[in-house]
Amino acid sequence: MRHLAPRTALELFKVFAALALQGFGGVLPVAQRELVEKRQWLTREEFVEMLSVGQVLPGPNVVNVALMIGDRFFGLRGAFAALAGMLALPLVIVLLLAALYAEFASVPAVAGALRGMGAVAAGLIAAMAAKLAPALLNNPLGRVICGVGVLGTVLMIFALRWPMAWVVIGWGGALCLLAWWRLGTKP
Amino acid sequence: MSAPDIGALFLHCLAMSMLAVGGAVAVAPELHRSLVLERGWLSEAQFSASIALAQAAPGPNLLFVPVLGYTAAGLPGALAALAGILIPSTTVALAATRWGFKRREHRGVRAFMAGMAPVTLGLLAATALVLMRPQAGSVWAWMLAIGTAALTLRTKINPVWLIAVGAGVGAFGGV
Repeated sequence: MRHLAPRTALELFKVFAALALQGFGGVLPVAQRELVEKRQWLTREEFVEMLSVGQVLPGPNVVNVALMIGDRFFGLRGAFAALAGMLALPLVIVLLLAALYAEFASVPAVAGALRGMGAVAAGLIAAMAAKLAPALLNNPLGRVICGVGVLGTVLMIFALRWPMAWVVIGWGGALCLLAWWRLGTKP
Repeated sequence: MSAPDIGALFLHCLAMSMLAVGGAVAVAPELHRSLVLERGWLSEAQFSASIALAQAAPGPNLLFVPVLGYTAAGLPGALAALAGILIPSTTVALAATRWGFKRREHRGVRAFMAGMAPVTLGLLAATALVLMRPQAGSVWAWMLAIGTAALTLRTKINPVWLIAVGAGVGAFGGV
């Protein structure tokens, strides 16, 4: 049950700013802890529901969730307060890092450090993909077609370097049509 | 970079915004294709470093997009890229929020989620591969990547420590 709510749009801004600054490698887990467990602005069910809607929509999930939560409390004003809170300080920090990198990119140790960080970033994103994989087991497309869907996407994007729009609209669209048909034939 | 180039960057991010199904990181291979391979605005190393920096800093993952813009064209590039990636999806999200809640069980919405799930996973896998390109010849880099993935899946370790290890190994010439 939800008991509490932010009092002003400024409070919304501050809370989202604070949680964005704690979010290393993704903000969603922090958002759930802070908004559901600590502040009780949302119930767990409401949060999961917003997340699933956020995933259907195009655009970054966290941004969509921030917009929805802000919109719920203060309408458009709240949506922009939450979005600005989530982006403002992290943007300044990451651009400062980028400026430092640009300054020292030619130093061999810096270039090496960034290559090492790039390898770790690749590992983090591979883990993100692996965490999504179990959800495919219950996909109405079936496991074989899901596997073909994943490998086909990697082949077209990474090996053939086709433009993403073609792949998402063509390949993704075909998979969506197949899912539509499967959902209709199953009870 | 000239003003028309920054305009092109903005328009490209604008289009990517609507294609970012399942998170911002999924558009990384496309940005790599257009910014590195097609236009040559960034080197392989700069591209990979930009994403690594965004992962090392706090905040949403989508901030790698303005960092790429910054590395290519300074502050105007960063703002153009951020505005581009945010404006369309934000508009759609606000418009569709009230609509989406009531129709989550709708066959069309379920078919969209089911059909896009494998594509999202494939895009993430492609992103990981693209990020390895500058250091693909290094055994240490592969050990770092595979070790990171394994630790992330099995423990709740904060990614900051893993990134610090990667930076350390790289700084001492390992990668």
